Amino acid sequence: MSLDPAYLEYPKRRHGYDHELYPWSALHQRPPVTWPQGSVAVWLCVSLEWFPITPSDTPFRAPGHMQTAYPDFRHYTARDYGNRLGVWRMLEALAKAGVRASFATNAAVAERYPELVAAVQAGGHEIIAHSTDMNGTIDSSLGEAEERSLIVDAVARLTAATGTKPQGWLSIARSQSFRTLDLLKDAGLSYCCDWVNDELPYRFTNGLTALPLNHELSDRQIVSVQQQSADSWAQSLEDAFDWLAREAAQSGGARMLPIHVTPYIMGLPYRIGAFERLLERLSARSEAWFAPGGDIVQSWQAQQS
Amino acid sequence: MNEGAGDPGLYDYSPYIGRPKVVWPGGKTVAVWVAPNLEYYEIDPPANPKRKAWARPHPDVVGYSHRDHSNRVSHWRLAEVMSKHGFPGSVSLSVALCQHHPEVVADGIARGWEFFSHGIYNTRYAYEMDEAQERAIIEDSIRTVREATGQTIRGWLAPALTHTPRTLDLIAEYGLDYTCDLYHDDQMQEVKVAKGRLASIPYSLEVNDHYGFFVYNMSGREYADTLVRQFERLAQEGEASGTVMCIPLHAYLIGQPHRIGPFEEALRHIANDGRAWLARAGEIVDAWRAQQ
Repeated sequence: MSLDPAYLEYPKRRHGYDHELYPWSALHQRPPVTWPQGSVAVWLCVSLEWFPITPSDTPFRAPGHMQTAYPDFRHYTARDYGNRLGVWRMLEALAKAGVRASFATNAAVAERYPELVAAVQAGGHEIIAHSTDMNGTIDSSLGEAEERSLIVDAVARLTAATGTKPQGWLSIARSQSFRTLDLLKDAGLSYCCDWVNDELPYRFTNGLTALPLNHELSDRQIVSVQQQSADSWAQSLEDAFDWLAREAAQSGGARMLPIHVTPYIMGLPYRIGAFERLLERLSARSEAWFAPGGDIVQSWQAQQS
Repeated sequence: MNEGAGDPGLYDYSPYIGRPKVVWPGGKTVAVWVAPNLEYYEIDPPANPKRKAWARPHPDVVGYSHRDHSNRVSHWRLAEVMSKHGFPGSVSLSVALCQHHPEVVADGIARGWEFFSHGIYNTRYAYEMDEAQERAIIEDSIRTVREATGQTIRGWLAPALTHTPRTLDLIAEYGLDYTCDLYHDDQMQEVKVAKGRLASIPYSLEVNDHYGFFVYNMSGREYADTLVRQFERLAQEGEASGTVMCIPLHAYLIGQPHRIGPFEEALRHIANDGRAWLARAGEIVDAWRAQQ
């Protein structure tokens, strides 16, 4: 028994990364960042998702997608509940707390539910691109032409339905191919939220900005995967905020808290109260600057030489 | 080991009563060591026939970038908290980190941390290696860590916990003193090896942060409480004979902003208790060995 000799060869064992998607740097060694107000940018990102009842496994089935034999009324309707009720509860909570957020929106949601788009826009929120619908997944098994047309189609349809070209992109399950960053740039996007390796914006090699949307803090991870309560989720977010505010004060560099929520998860009647209380508590904090992703990226970019 | 036998023959059975008393320096009852895993995972590693490196086609963006968070952000946060409360690190090191991010390794050196090998990369597994190949990764580990840190590695935690039947014999032959791969005890134990001698130091999967958050699905607060309970019990039992508590960590997990605060409180509790000997792995092995 023996492994191919190449298994003990390490051609990319070198300073920095084993790829060239973005350069190596540690957050604390970069020049400090400041925000227009406060020391912790709180970036709420709400995913607006439409799951066709005819799921696609090419290249993979999205988290949250249909699970039973066709027709899966159970999951089709439970997911669409988020678009019909959950997100409206969230919009009210945002308005009450006086905060603006990003909405990562499937093009199909924008096309199907114009009332929702209008309400998001009326609230002063930002709409960013989140593929076509929940069949629009990406990974390296997707051909280049298919991936390019998926991204172009998602951006074009979202632009047509909202009247505004999105600046940001969130992939389904944050899943990409090696080509995705270049295709997003070609499609005229300026920032991408998929890479969770940092707590401040940074720049990809191709010029696109990374705005890391921490998946560990999401309701999907803490509530759906780890099966914690909504109160435990909110407590974790508040613990995170406390830590980041303290770190900002001690280091002199501003920080960012990304809060990624999903209407069909956090917008349920028995969970929305925890979301509302979290917003009330954080929006009362002097260190907090609630801002959509695009505002955070813009503020950060203005400080880069 | 006894290859192919039902009992791998790693150690003799030893019931947890009537053991010779182990005493830790200063009359402490539990030796506490913190093991940050400083790792490098490759974005597009070659395939091992026995184990996939990533759950998803490469690049596994979340898998890769989650781990990259350690080196960019959370190692530094975790290391500060450890130093603040007087906990040195004993590092389970993907030795290629010495090439990729020597700044992280240098930070550990500056803090007086001990380094042992966790393989070349955490995406290159020992399964199906022949003896020459396994010797090559041990020799690479010794050479690389010596060049980067001046230290001679004394311990081994197999890369991604992948072993061959000869791993323990080989590391003992190369003069390593301890393995972190056996989970049969809360005290130091002798391991049966072909030549030389090898100690098993308790590492612990059960209070590993990875288990805490992804097997037991704990919140940061629940995990901190788990560490305190683990400590309280081992400190109490250590009055009869010194116990060992390891806190095995991955900065990209414990160093997330929602977890590090509760974790700091657990460290504060352990440091202030008075019964803990905050030590590096090699010091614990030496203190135990001197009593054999």
